[in-house]
Amino acid sequence: MPDEALLTVRDLRTHFETRQGVVKAVDGVSLDVRRGEILGLVGESGSGKSITGFSILGLLDAPGRIVGGSIRFKGEELVGASPERMRALRGREIAMVFQDPMMTLNPVLRIDTQIIEAIQVHERISTRAARARASAALQRVGIPSPDERLQAYPHQFSGGMRQRVAIAIALLHRPALVIADEPTTALDVTIQAQIIFEMQKLCAESGTALIWITHDLAVIDGMGDRVCVMYAGRIVESGAVRDVISSPAHPYARGLIDSIPSRNERGKRLSQIPGAPPTPFSLPQGCPFRPRCGRADAACLEVPQETTLRGERRVRCFHPLEESV
Amino acid sequence: MLVFVIRRLLQSALVLLAVSLVVFAGIYAIGNPVDILLPDDANETERQAAIRALGLDRPLLVQYGIFLLKAVQGDLGTSFVYNIPSIELIFSRLPATLELAMCALFISIAVGIPLGLWAGLRPGTKTDEAIVTGSILGFSLPSFWQGLMLIMIFSVTLGWLPSNGRGATGTLFGIETSFATWDGFTHLLLPAINLSLFKLALMIRLTRAGVRETMPLDFIKFARAKGVSETRIVLAHVLKYILVPIITVIGMELGAVIAFATVTETIFAWPGMGKLIIDSINKLDRPVIVAYLMVVTLMFIVINLVVDILYALLDPRVRIKGQTE
Repeated sequence: MPDEALLTVRDLRTHFETRQGVVKAVDGVSLDVRRGEILGLVGESGSGKSITGFSILGLLDAPGRIVGGSIRFKGEELVGASPERMRALRGREIAMVFQDPMMTLNPVLRIDTQIIEAIQVHERISTRAARARASAALQRVGIPSPDERLQAYPHQFSGGMRQRVAIAIALLHRPALVIADEPTTALDVTIQAQIIFEMQKLCAESGTALIWITHDLAVIDGMGDRVCVMYAGRIVESGAVRDVISSPAHPYARGLIDSIPSRNERGKRLSQIPGAPPTPFSLPQGCPFRPRCGRADAACLEVPQETTLRGERRVRCFHPLEESV
Repeated sequence: MLVFVIRRLLQSALVLLAVSLVVFAGIYAIGNPVDILLPDDANETERQAAIRALGLDRPLLVQYGIFLLKAVQGDLGTSFVYNIPSIELIFSRLPATLELAMCALFISIAVGIPLGLWAGLRPGTKTDEAIVTGSILGFSLPSFWQGLMLIMIFSVTLGWLPSNGRGATGTLFGIETSFATWDGFTHLLLPAINLSLFKLALMIRLTRAGVRETMPLDFIKFARAKGVSETRIVLAHVLKYILVPIITVIGMELGAVIAFATVTETIFAWPGMGKLIIDSINKLDRPVIVAYLMVVTLMFIVINLVVDILYALLDPRVRIKGQTE
């Protein structure tokens, strides 16, 4: 049932209460992920895309907490679920891959220790059997002579290899959902392409849905089914990847797409979005993109609501770009 | 590894030589032992005879040469006061000091690391503040004052524990120790606590700082994302990661605890090396002072060597560096 919603996030609000004031890192995010699909979550640094991911997993660091909204996973409400329940889901049903592979593995524990503990925490299985599973998992992500490599420490692996190990760990229990938080940003471009390809393949094999968090629309262009563009803690535009990239409706999405180098003519100056993202302590009144937007007028002093353009295309703007309507 | 150990041993020999030179020259400058050793009514002939018998009539360099020659044969001179080989004298007192030092170190580790973990995992809470404040007291109150207070409270006011001397000893696993008898154990308790307080504070500080530095790291979050329980995260991931600095300090402090047990041994009249060295300095018993300092130096060297080897066992990154050298 490919159309069945696996994860439904509604009006999620995650705030950080700091001494300088309340940071509304995620401020009313709604999104759906279906079984087996790849959803791109795109935005600049600080737009709240990673915090959205951590909120779903229940891995927020203090003082961050979910102050409102709902996260339903396979029909189960995760906001307010017990820590024990969240722990049982993490790794088994929802897994995560992090940005920096150099820091995701504990440098003083061997690879086998770190994989076997991830297996045994969710399944009663002998260490010998778990080790065999670990070896198979490494094999699956393309690590040669996995039995030997299991004995190694993380520093004996390259960055790309470490990310493969992290991916192997994330896919151990064939989770229904993997949240990948910029997993290729810290890697070489060639490795990046390999990792993207393999993750797509592995997720397709196990029917795992993927939320791919990135600041690079070009990455999503090649792999995603649908995309959500985030700005200042909100989703400003969402829809099928092809539609959004070929005819963005939100001025911010348009700006992002225009600044992808490969989509522009040679020798022409890249266009860029004027100004800088607002600081989380002083969001502008109304639409947060208003000060940087060429189409803004008096109406934008109100916060725009999300409107459906057609089908799945939704945009949060009073003046969406004409050609996409 | 073997090359490393051999090189370190050669370096150690040089250190010992340098220390012996400094100590010998320093001791010579302090005063003439004959003035203290001979009765007041000794005449000039007796005086000259004593000087000749002790070998003090020869030039300093010759005395040093003789000392070195004998030292490499294991003879560090004979005590002026007790008229037995000084090395024998020191070794007869060594077990008492070692017992005290080990006991103190054990207390500081067994109490300090759990308290540090406890505080570090709950930063900013009342418990954390109480533990940190306690550690400040442990750091800043002078050791002898702490000793006197312990005696006043537990020996004088409450009358629970004896305040001085080493109690009856017995043999346990072939070692003469205070642990074999209840009397010995009660005598050991107060001095051991006194000696441990400073190290205890140090352990708390070190562990707490390590925990606070480690908890926000990505690999801890990744372990959580795998569904690993908090208990296992603390015991397997955090503790192993912070063990390297802790082992270093334990190593350095082990030497310090033995060498500087002097104050505690003096307060509690504990018949160990520390008390011996104070008595010897008072009586200008040169061979004992020199031998003591040589033994302590050797001890520091050995401890540092052991710590360096332990490092390599604990931190795989160090191990690899050593191999490629």
